[in-house]
Amino acid sequence: MDAMSVAVAIDRVEKRFASLRALAGVSLQIAEGEFFGLLGPNGAGKTTLISCLAGLVRPDAGALSVMGHDVVTDYREARRRLGVVPQELVFDPFFSVRETLRIQSGYFGIRKNDDWIDEILANLDLTSKAEVNMRRLSGGMKRRVLVAQALVHKPPVIVLDEPTAGVDVELRQGLWQFVRRLNQDGHTVILTTHYLEEAEALCGRIAMLKQGHVVALDTTRNLLAGVAGQTLQLRLAGSQPLPPALGARATESDGNWIFHLAGLDEIEPLLAALREGNCVIDDLRLTQSDLEDVFLGVMQNSGSAHEGGR
Amino acid sequence: MSRGFVTLLYKEVLRFWKVSFQTVGAPVLTALLYLMIFSHVLESHVQVHGVPYGAFLIPGLVIMSALQNAFANSSSSLIQSKVTGSVVFVLLPPISYVEFFLAYVVAAMLRGMMVGVGVLAVTMWFAPLTFVAPQWILLFIALGGGIMGTLGMIAGIWADKFDQLAGFQNFLIMPLTMLSGVFYSIHSLPEFWQLVSRFNPVFYMIDGFRFGFFGVSDVAPEISLTVVMASFLAVSAATLVLLRSGYKLRS
Repeated sequence: MDAMSVAVAIDRVEKRFASLRALAGVSLQIAEGEFFGLLGPNGAGKTTLISCLAGLVRPDAGALSVMGHDVVTDYREARRRLGVVPQELVFDPFFSVRETLRIQSGYFGIRKNDDWIDEILANLDLTSKAEVNMRRLSGGMKRRVLVAQALVHKPPVIVLDEPTAGVDVELRQGLWQFVRRLNQDGHTVILTTHYLEEAEALCGRIAMLKQGHVVALDTTRNLLAGVAGQTLQLRLAGSQPLPPALGARATESDGNWIFHLAGLDEIEPLLAALREGNCVIDDLRLTQSDLEDVFLGVMQNSGSAHEGGR
Repeated sequence: MSRGFVTLLYKEVLRFWKVSFQTVGAPVLTALLYLMIFSHVLESHVQVHGVPYGAFLIPGLVIMSALQNAFANSSSSLIQSKVTGSVVFVLLPPISYVEFFLAYVVAAMLRGMMVGVGVLAVTMWFAPLTFVAPQWILLFIALGGGIMGTLGMIAGIWADKFDQLAGFQNFLIMPLTMLSGVFYSIHSLPEFWQLVSRFNPVFYMIDGFRFGFFGVSDVAPEISLTVVMASFLAVSAATLVLLRSGYKLRS
């Protein structure tokens, strides 16, 4: 990756909380303009990593930079270039939406920011709520104000820490449309989410974290190519056993037999074998393998001794 | 000073000003009640330094209210934003720890002074006040508010829960301010308690402040100023060390 185009550089970052090793030497580089996903189970270290980047948590070792500015030694410049949407639904109950955004602009050294504030409010469908006190907003609206707060200083790098947790479908769609547009306009976007289909649809590249290690790091396309193309799930009538020829290929889950297929041409021989064994099919489903399969595979295959992230 | 500092100061002032009925009005009313009750009971019996009791009491009430509210301002603002999580909004921007410190302390000083002016405005009609040396009045209320605002920051950063903060306020700040010569001259105390009072920095704030009104005091105002300045420097240095280390704010 060309040094000029690196938006976020994370170099061997370690962080320990008492006996918990939250980050065990994480290294990542995210290029300008990327839509980057940070995935992992709860406690994997995603939020700690983001907090290190934002200066909320101080790493024990390693270095992080935003657009070439070290987040510790050159924190003012680094923070000016970073917008963070925190995971928790936090707000200051004393102020209206507009006051909140004006104050946040001032913190970043910006005066008379109303034109941009109006634009963000319009984009996030908050114009009619501009003068309303934060306390009187619904959860979804508070979430949108958090996004607006992260954008007041027009940061080139935007971090969204599980922004759609507990958010209804309509708002989620609207939010993603907006974030996608920001990305198309050249903003680098880093996203952590529990919704894997979201990451699959949005992110060009994905890092998976487990117990403070990077256990997978690749483009979304390559990660998906690493798993079989389709999954066939079927249930046989009367709890019949599978013919022996097929038994070795399938895994059983709740009375369903699951086959991972490399291609659709494997279906016909499979059905023929079932017919030969006089099996009667009760239910049959064919699904495209998705990021969830990749995720589960990666999480299962990476034991506690990790190769990644070194 | 950067715009970030100016905005944080503005936000801190706006925060208490928006609920000024509670943050300025209430302490003014409390001080007025103190004055009415104590001066009614004691006015005809007591003179201190040759000053009628009501007049003696007023400066004490003014600065006591100012000190308590300066403490309340920074401590409650910090604990509230910590408990609700909104402290993140002031930790994410490019604001240095020195600017952070100054914004909270100056806002606390301003709240203290506003309460002080309010108390003075409603109580001054009840007794004959003089303003012999106004520069001392201003100096001591500003420095006193600064010390208490700084202590409020330490308490607000340290406390994880509201009841821990209440403990700090009720068991440290209240006794320090009440047992400091607000209601009496320490010369009227037994010798032992006179000695104890001399270790209470709040005593010097009140004594120096009162000197500005009447030109008389328990100790020379220059001594009081020295003690108060030294206390301010000490608590400020301690707070800056805490902030620089990120204690409880940046883990």
